[in-house]
Amino acid sequence: MRFDNLLQSVGGTPLVGLPRLSPTPDVRIWAKLEDRNPTGSIKDRPALLMIEQAEKDGLLRPGCTILEPTSGNTGISLAMAAKLKGYRIVCVMPENTSDERRQLLRMWGAEIVSSPAAGGSNEAVRVAKRIADEHPDWVMLYQYGNPANALSHEQGTGPELLADLPEITHFVAGLGTTGTLMGVSRFFRAHKPSVKIVAAEPRYGELVYGLRNLDEGFVPELYDADLIDSRFSVGPRDAVRRVRELLELEGIFAGISTGAILHAAMGQAAKAVKAGERAEIAFVVADGGWKYLSTGAYEGTVDDAEERLEGQLWA
Amino acid sequence: MTIEVKIPTILRTYTGGEKSVEAEGGTLTELIDNLDANHPGLKDRLLDGSVEGGGDLRRFVNVYINDEDVRFIGGLDATLADGDQVVVLPAVAGG
Repeated sequence: MRFDNLLQSVGGTPLVGLPRLSPTPDVRIWAKLEDRNPTGSIKDRPALLMIEQAEKDGLLRPGCTILEPTSGNTGISLAMAAKLKGYRIVCVMPENTSDERRQLLRMWGAEIVSSPAAGGSNEAVRVAKRIADEHPDWVMLYQYGNPANALSHEQGTGPELLADLPEITHFVAGLGTTGTLMGVSRFFRAHKPSVKIVAAEPRYGELVYGLRNLDEGFVPELYDADLIDSRFSVGPRDAVRRVRELLELEGIFAGISTGAILHAAMGQAAKAVKAGERAEIAFVVADGGWKYLSTGAYEGTVDDAEERLEGQLWA
Repeated sequence: MTIEVKIPTILRTYTGGEKSVEAEGGTLTELIDNLDANHPGLKDRLLDGSVEGGGDLRRFVNVYINDEDVRFIGGLDATLADGDQVVVLPAVAGG
């Protein structure tokens, strides 16, 4: 496949069957390999569309500075696009994120502002909003509330899935900004409303939930609960166990959050088997495991890995 | 019937610092009433009292029964069985 430049190659990712993890020939699981995007994660889709939309709206002009709160992947995607398009970029990232993410951000030219570990991404959002107030000329694309985030999946991820798997019954993805689930759900609600939309939400260690009070909680502006059919909380133990199974049985080396998504997908598969129903379950491989090697999730016992992930923003 | 309920750091002032407490109830509403009887004040932190008829879960409170978000399995009417595990967490961002 040929493209004029890297940005044009975003999306169009493979969907691969998982014959060993699929429980029966009637209940099959499919992996959408979003790690095959230019910077290695699904976030290339929303990042590119958010930038293009801001350019179209006249918000982003040559010489502008982009500001974004991110736990890593969105920042990396934005930094790549910003480098090619000539924008300066400042990312606000919680300090409890892996070193690989910081190194990659710096390589693509991003400046990093660290936010406190306690409170996780909530704090990054808060710090970014404060910086945005101090620099009114900077452009915060704000992935948590930017409709172009969800739209990139409504126009890309969703149609690709239906084209490759017309018999799809379930779609399972991670819940962070909620963009993937909102966009893909809008597409299927319009084109194949029988598809069940399932969210897998990472459950971190206590540090990340260390808010000062409940009013500091955060629900992304993009989130619409009516677009989701079930939502599961998956802890690091199940995520690590599944991400290792995915490599062991199917050869796929994925990031830790994908383990959490696979866990929810396997839960749907087990339910279908029990009910004697057919199911074609597609789930998202959000990124590869490369950026998480230093977390220790891939070595030693599952107990060791779980302990090492305590307090880390692993998704 | 005993249900284990995991309490987030932010609400442990109501449980004397306990991370996990036991409670009883056939539905989430009953469970929260039972929790509040033993740990007064907890109900008010979980439910939005401004709503007529006892309120609903607060916007930034997530409750999971066996890892499934209760908002998708009946909300406060979600049913509980012996041995179920309930987790309460504040809503946080990802991405």
